[in-house]
Amino acid sequence: MTTATDIEVVDLAVTPLRELNQRLHDAKNGGPKSWKIVNPNGAHALAVGIDADLDVLIEGHTGYYTAGMNKHANVTIDGNAGVGVGENIMSGTIRITGNASQACAATGRGGLVVVEGDAAARCGISMKGVEIVVKGDIGHMSAFMAQSGTLVVCGDAGDALGDSIYETHIYVRGSVKGLGADCIEKELKDFHRAELGRLLEVAGADAKVDEFKRYGSARTLYNFNIDNAGAY
Amino acid sequence: MTDFDPTGNNGTNWHPGLKESYIFDRNTIHEIRRAASQGIYDIRGFGAKRKLPHFDDLLFLGASMSRYPLEGYREKCSTDVVLGTRFAKKPIHLKIPITIAGMSFGALSGPAKEALGRGATMAGTSTTTGDGGMTEEERGHSEILVYQLLPSRYGMNPDDLRRADAIEVVVGQGAKPGGGGMLLGQKISDRVAEMRNLPKGIDQRSACRHPDWTGPDDLEIKIQELREITDWEKPIYIKIGASRPYYDTQLAVKSGADVIVLDGMQGGTAATQDVFIEHVGLPTLACIRQAVTALQEMGMHREVQLIVSGGIRNGADAAKALALGADAVSVGVAAMIALGDNDPAYADEYAKIGSAAGFYDDWHEGKDPTGISTQDPELAARFDPEQGGRRLNNYLKTMTLEVQTLARAAGKSNIHNLEPEDLVALTIESAAMAQVPLAGTDWIPGSTPGGF
Ligand SMILES: Cc1cc2nc3c(=O)[nH]c(=O)nc-3n(C[C@H](O)[C@H](O)[C@H](O)COP(=O)(O)O)c2cc1C
Repeated sequence: MTTATDIEVVDLAVTPLRELNQRLHDAKNGGPKSWKIVNPNGAHALAVGIDADLDVLIEGHTGYYTAGMNKHANVTIDGNAGVGVGENIMSGTIRITGNASQACAATGRGGLVVVEGDAAARCGISMKGVEIVVKGDIGHMSAFMAQSGTLVVCGDAGDALGDSIYETHIYVRGSVKGLGADCIEKELKDFHRAELGRLLEVAGADAKVDEFKRYGSARTLYNFNIDNAGAY
Repeated sequence: MTDFDPTGNNGTNWHPGLKESYIFDRNTIHEIRRAASQGIYDIRGFGAKRKLPHFDDLLFLGASMSRYPLEGYREKCSTDVVLGTRFAKKPIHLKIPITIAGMSFGALSGPAKEALGRGATMAGTSTTTGDGGMTEEERGHSEILVYQLLPSRYGMNPDDLRRADAIEVVVGQGAKPGGGGMLLGQKISDRVAEMRNLPKGIDQRSACRHPDWTGPDDLEIKIQELREITDWEKPIYIKIGASRPYYDTQLAVKSGADVIVLDGMQGGTAATQDVFIEHVGLPTLACIRQAVTALQEMGMHREVQLIVSGGIRNGADAAKALALGADAVSVGVAAMIALGDNDPAYADEYAKIGSAAGFYDDWHEGKDPTGISTQDPELAARFDPEQGGRRLNNYLKTMTLEVQTLARAAGKSNIHNLEPEDLVALTIESAAMAQVPLAGTDWIPGSTPGGF
């Protein structure tokens, strides 16, 4: 019998993915709280749809959609993560010690995603409330149509940052290659300093609030205007 | 589009010598004038309004010397459909081959969504969410509810995925293959804004591409994720707008679909540019055989089920789609009309907003006098979801009876035994598109190599 303090180790070289995910789902009804997954070997859809307060450590690189739609769990990927890591995350925390591929935390609605390395294109695309902290750089078209939530970038941002952005707050410490349609630099007010400071702290990022610039929506595309046709 | 003249002036002042241009007709002139004054394209609801080859261009042959008919009402003609037999642990059982298409909360009012659930449940079929997420009204009143995963992902969450009966990945819609959704500011009430996580009152342009996958190889992995999240219980549909149905069907099968929803260009919409509705996509009639051929070539016909939509109005349309190889059909606009949209009882109110019963398509404006395509609480309160549900049930039952009538006449004890051989075409175009012979001939245009 396992108790709540034991660490449940699952070897994906032996255990089928389906069985692992099923067990993680069943953990909602009790059983081990701490999990260690070894030999992920780039598996797709790993640890998706968890709905319980678990600690999950994945030792190695993962494929697409790791920890997708996560609720409550704290998932750490000790390696690089493929496309759409933490897509549509609802709550809990996902930490990637390496780099994240495209569409990191896409459409995320809550919780926190921390990337220790770099994140590729479309980081935070269509985000809806998630908080994302990337300690390295992010790729082009990040925060495209980002609706709400916060994106913190300690390194540089690629082209077309925040294109067609709605109400998401973006903070970038380094350079921004280019801003997308309707995204502008905005004043860093006390509220934003507090928000940024809190996120740098929870993410364990070694950076100072005053080194960042804030970007957000100019709100000129919110209602259709024919004179903006070129921007749509 | 509000170009119907409610004063009835369509020709009142006409006299010989006033020659109307065929290409610059009154609608065209009206549209040029409207564009010149407003500086924005026409946005509207409903489906394509232009004349297109359609199911009316086909006829059933009926039984004769060599085909034995079934006795109407007495001999059994089964109508049930099972969807999701390929991979899902819990396939869906429908009593009738007609489903309710995805229509968003936001486009439709809460009570209208409830009525769709009530009517569909009474008739033994499914209803579908839409861009905007799942509401309690529709989950509570729909015994079988299909949950759409759209590019916008408004309201998307794993709890609703788990309480859905099937999941529909929307790649495209017939009204606008390649286009995203639109919901204009006037319909963004507090509730709609909250569900979609956007400020109130702004024009919402939902994305036209999914944020976290591109192309069929990615989609295959996305579907794997959805199956893993829901423990492989739910059938997964892929909805495509008709443009390249042969290839899209094969790619959808390859991506792991249990069910393919194929929406032709007559398919309805809540709000799309008129130029998109009328000028992009394939007519519904032209895409069924292509999709069925693709399935047959892969050995997947009836294994991956095909639902066809886009301009389905009655049992005859449904029966013809089934005969061409579909497993079921789906209705959008017709369901709204059954609920009461475009009701002549509201003639005065339609006139006040510059339209008329039977022509009203400005569903994006949120002023629908019937309370169906609106978020205005006063208008929405006019609509009685129980009565709407009963009307929808009546309509669906009537359609089913019509399908059975035609199937029995063709000697079929199961509506799925209808086949292309039961059909002929009235025009060369429809014969070519449906791949059935022109009536009175054995000529199927396009089927003879090297010939026409
Ligand atoms: C009011 C309305 C809203 C719609 N909303 C959606 C939607 O949210 N998602 C979707 O995939 N299709 C949507 N559609 C398209 C329908 O799902 C369906 O493809 C179409 O209505 C079928 O054609 P028919 O209306 O001729 O029956 C909508 C259609 C209408 C009329």
